Amino acid sequence: MDGSDRTRRRAARRRRDDLVGWLLVLPAAAFYGVFVLRPLAITAQYSLYEWNGVGPSTPVGLDNYVRVVTDPTLYGSLLNAVTLILFFSGVPVLLGLVTAATIRRIATSRLATVARTVVFLPQVIPLVAAGITWSWLLSSTGAVNQLLRAVGLGSVARAWLGDFDWALPAVGVIGAWVLLGLCTLLLLSGMTKIDTSLYEAARIDGAGPVREFLAVTVPGVRQEIAVCVTVTVIAALASFDIVYISTQGGPGGQTLVPGLQIYYLAFASREIGLASALAVVLVALVLLCVLPVQYLVRKGDS
Amino acid sequence: MIVGRGEALLGRLVLVLLMAVTVLPFVSLLATALHPSGTYPQGLSWPADPQWQNFARAFTSADMGRLLWSSCLIVVGVVPLALVLGTLAGYAFGQLRMRGSGVVFLLFVLGLTLPFEGIVIPLYYQMRDLGLLNTRWAIVLPLIGLFMPFAVLWMRAHFVTMPKELVEAAQIDGASTWQQLWRIHVPLAAPALSSLAILLFLWTWNQFLLAIVLVDDPGKRTMAGALGAFQGQWGTDIPLLCAGSLLILTPTLLVFLVFQRQFVSALLQGSVKG
Repeated sequence: MDGSDRTRRRAARRRRDDLVGWLLVLPAAAFYGVFVLRPLAITAQYSLYEWNGVGPSTPVGLDNYVRVVTDPTLYGSLLNAVTLILFFSGVPVLLGLVTAATIRRIATSRLATVARTVVFLPQVIPLVAAGITWSWLLSSTGAVNQLLRAVGLGSVARAWLGDFDWALPAVGVIGAWVLLGLCTLLLLSGMTKIDTSLYEAARIDGAGPVREFLAVTVPGVRQEIAVCVTVTVIAALASFDIVYISTQGGPGGQTLVPGLQIYYLAFASREIGLASALAVVLVALVLLCVLPVQYLVRKGDS
Repeated sequence: MIVGRGEALLGRLVLVLLMAVTVLPFVSLLATALHPSGTYPQGLSWPADPQWQNFARAFTSADMGRLLWSSCLIVVGVVPLALVLGTLAGYAFGQLRMRGSGVVFLLFVLGLTLPFEGIVIPLYYQMRDLGLLNTRWAIVLPLIGLFMPFAVLWMRAHFVTMPKELVEAAQIDGASTWQQLWRIHVPLAAPALSSLAILLFLWTWNQFLLAIVLVDDPGKRTMAGALGAFQGQWGTDIPLLCAGSLLILTPTLLVFLVFQRQFVSALLQGSVKG
């Protein structure tokens, strides 16, 4: 009697708590729904129409998507973004791993404390500023070429961002510069959590620095590597600011990325449907790249 | 740990090299900014006669006072409200854990991966229909929505770690959920809230895509958006452009140096949670 009464009271409290909880979520959900989810759904809707933004729209089925996968400049922009992953993710993660492993050995020194501040600077400034700065560094009379000439490599000096073959890697270098510090520190904070007895055991087993790095350090920061990969892959696929400032997609579309292409299509040539189809493909591509990484990490943890 | 002297030396060398690569662009920017306006400096060279007045000229020609004010207004519009909404929802997801909240939370989490390009086209027409195009609201409102996934996730991660027993005494005293939240939980969440505030400030200040699409007038944009316009206008006068860029990135650098410790830990945790 007493027990069932208590159960009933608890159920009533539970219902009230649920109601309060949903009321608390409501404002956040409203902003998220109105300014993110609704536009996302409309992007998907626009992608099925041909529309210039002003006049009447014509439903065209999946034609816009067919154009995205058949028009070389459109799927080319997607390929460019995928290529940028090499620079935005590959370089910062690999270089970050090596750098962090090296720093870990002297993690307590004053130099390391200063470095923690300094390598973060690129994360703090607007990407636009990074773009302007590097456009100047990579220009034909910039510091990069000056350095190359100083070491006798003057023959490879060029206007990097204006070079047909080198513009995309040059843009990639800018992204790598921005993301290297973040990845290094992230991996470093993971490495300080690794049990030092693992290193001692490895040394006793006669492992050299390389074996130790591959057998202890890298597996130990699996979680952090996944985070770095996730963040940097999104940064590569969704890149806009740096490319907009440094190359505007040129020369000859060599550095055209989806973000820039969507911007041009929607707001310059007024092909809203086509731009939206590319946007939907981009969103899908990001999920396609990011979800497997998350899945692998979660699976490895359990 | 025993570290050989050679290894330690190598570590230092790598660090110095990494710092040099990080700082070189900033040094180049400063050196170039000090050259006489309108010249085309060669590589990295310190001018014989540093033109410090370039900064004053960049400040006036970019109308920097107005840009700073505009960015501040946008930050004030976005950050406090995003903090409050994120706290409310994070508390609900982390402490109250309503039935069915898992699915809704997952919907928020998926938003973390969304590239802004995915929604910017409809946002343009949505803002036009609301009559908000070319006003700061066109940046403020969507940014609050776009920050919700991260803010909610961040605050939930904090509230999840808070033990239920914390509010038991208050519950027995008959305190409402609302009172428990504001009197007990929010004060304890101060560190999480301040880190979140710093991150949201940074992301708002540096927002570029929304600024250039939704607002034509650089004077109503964020700092980053205004810098884009500044480049278009002064792109040929390299020293002036560099001086302007330095001025525009100074505020975030200052905030970074002042709040350095919170900043680094916030960014590191932020990317882990994100």
